[in-house]
Amino acid sequence: MTLMSLDIWIVTTGVLSALSCALLGNFLVLRRMSMMGDAISHAVLPGLAVAFLITSSRSNMPMFIGAGVVGVLTALFTQWIHRVGRVEQGAAMGVVFTTLFAIGLIIIVQAADAVDLDPGCVLYGAIELVPLDTAPFLGLHIPRAVWTLSLVFLVNVLLVILFYKELKISSFDEDLATTLGLNASCMHYLLMILVAITTVASFESVGSILVIAMFIVPGATAYLLTDRLHIMIGVSLVIGIMCAVGGHIAAVRLPAWWGLPDTSTAGMMAVVGGLLFFVALIASPRHGVASKLLHRFWLSVRITREDVLGILYRIEEFQPVRNHGVVPRILRDAKQTGPVIRWLALAQLMQAGKVKKASSGIQLTSKGRVHARNLIRTHRLWESYIEKHFVIPIDHLHAPAERLEHVTDPDMQKLLLEKTTNPQKDPHGKNIP
Amino acid sequence: MKASQAIGSEHSSTAPVSIHDMTVAYHRKPVLWDVDFDAPEGKLIGIIGPNGAGKSTMIKAVLDLIPKASGRVSIYGKPYKRQRRLVAYVPQRETVDWDFPVHALDVVTMGRYGQIGWCKPVTRAHKDQAMAALERVGMADYARRQISQLSGGQQQRVFLARALVQEAQIYFMDEPSSGVDAATEKAIITLLQDLRSSNKTVLVVHHDLQTVSDYFDYLILLNMRIVAAGSTRDVFTKENLHKTYGGRLTLLDEAAQAIAR
Repeated sequence: MTLMSLDIWIVTTGVLSALSCALLGNFLVLRRMSMMGDAISHAVLPGLAVAFLITSSRSNMPMFIGAGVVGVLTALFTQWIHRVGRVEQGAAMGVVFTTLFAIGLIIIVQAADAVDLDPGCVLYGAIELVPLDTAPFLGLHIPRAVWTLSLVFLVNVLLVILFYKELKISSFDEDLATTLGLNASCMHYLLMILVAITTVASFESVGSILVIAMFIVPGATAYLLTDRLHIMIGVSLVIGIMCAVGGHIAAVRLPAWWGLPDTSTAGMMAVVGGLLFFVALIASPRHGVASKLLHRFWLSVRITREDVLGILYRIEEFQPVRNHGVVPRILRDAKQTGPVIRWLALAQLMQAGKVKKASSGIQLTSKGRVHARNLIRTHRLWESYIEKHFVIPIDHLHAPAERLEHVTDPDMQKLLLEKTTNPQKDPHGKNIP
Repeated sequence: MKASQAIGSEHSSTAPVSIHDMTVAYHRKPVLWDVDFDAPEGKLIGIIGPNGAGKSTMIKAVLDLIPKASGRVSIYGKPYKRQRRLVAYVPQRETVDWDFPVHALDVVTMGRYGQIGWCKPVTRAHKDQAMAALERVGMADYARRQISQLSGGQQQRVFLARALVQEAQIYFMDEPSSGVDAATEKAIITLLQDLRSSNKTVLVVHHDLQTVSDYFDYLILLNMRIVAAGSTRDVFTKENLHKTYGGRLTLLDEAAQAIAR
């Protein structure tokens, strides 16, 4: 086999594994059961080992059955311990899955001489070795792992499509599902069985530790990026593919830059997943850190813009005759904003033709004056309103009005006018323009 | 007290909701004792009582959401399990994850899932029904909003619309007016009264004693057991309220605490 086709099979295996996991992972994330996925992925080990010992072969069916049984047992045990022992759910899960995992590990180590099942391979996977174990089909040597994973992916897709409505409602509102006669615990255990089987199928590629990354990261990332369930599922699949492809490329290429040999593809898949999640966390349009910061930034630019207009207007009002413009420095002293925001605000005002350069500094244009007059009007109406409706000393009226003037739309201003019975002067005795 | 006994002893088989000797316990500690109640048809029924009286528990036990220690429930004379279609439930708003990636129309459409049945897809017609229900609660404009972007009152209206599309005969509602603005509360009550006029039976957990006599024509006063049940005029008395909300422990309460120990 050429090196190229080796790579193709490794990537195919990774993609299929990531897709199968990501599809189910969406529901784990939404049900706040991410750690259940983790628990099951570890707990299936004894099921695997026992199936392996009984049949002493690595054929798929017994392994899937063993894993499915133990997967459901994990879910049942956890629920039982949580209820009967009144132990917190996380602790119950921790007890169950570590115990089962340890039992599985002991069996494997004990049977290691008799059977060909390597604990290291179970833990970390051996995706690089996948292309070596092939089964012929139509003259092609297709790796057995690819067969298995294709089958599992197909089953997952079919069941998720078939039970889409039921999975959705039981994840969102278990009680409603139950009262409608759609048994929510049925869906719960179906999901647990699928998670167990998918875990086993993915052992060879990513191993039992990293498989949890494939379950959770694509779903969690997609959750940040959309607020519709079917889009979330679609996005999670794309992210799964990106993890697998990007992970393999990174594993092969990245170390070479420092003259190092290839590294683990499975490890890199999880790392790429983590990076993608981080990018989504920063850049997500609605929940993202960046969009929040950006929103706050543009808000302060707008407020500064309005403050500049307000200051210019008040200065004009104070000395209507001798006005050669205002030096921007005064603005800086009056308002505590950063230089970038101030510069942007001024630039935007110039652009909009609301202020212009004067012999010394800047000055309102007639267009700017209209806008500024309206702002001042709102400000002074608010002062009148607050004075009328709350008991606040007169020198404390400015600050709240200053904040409110930036969020007042025309409708609110009209209402304000009604509530203050259209005053001519504000509480400080200044004209309301 | 008399009213409840009179109704309780007969157990007319056709009552919309008939609860026979229902007891519910959490961890051996009884939270509901011997609840025995027949709901009259076409009434707006308030369930009132202090915190921890078991109001929500009663609804959940009737709907098989939590196990009963004893007793049974029938809906129009048949076991609840065979009559699910006839019953709609509006849980407390806090019980679901409002960050779930669905919009208001999705949530309302879920009300139809029972009628649609296992594994069958949601169709255009189901969505149209959901849209009509949203219109009925005045939320049509918000159909495409992700549910976390709705106010508390709007979320409650979405829940009501979801119950409406179930086209049930009996509605159980757990504090639909808690934490909503006055306008929404008024809209909710109007809607409940509409349901009553079309001969539906509506049972509502309610916490505001001020509005009880305005809203409900029938009452259950609950504190671990039914203190009184009957028409509001008859049972909404100072004496019953005192028995429900305050005063000394009854012998039964003390017995319950002894068992818990």
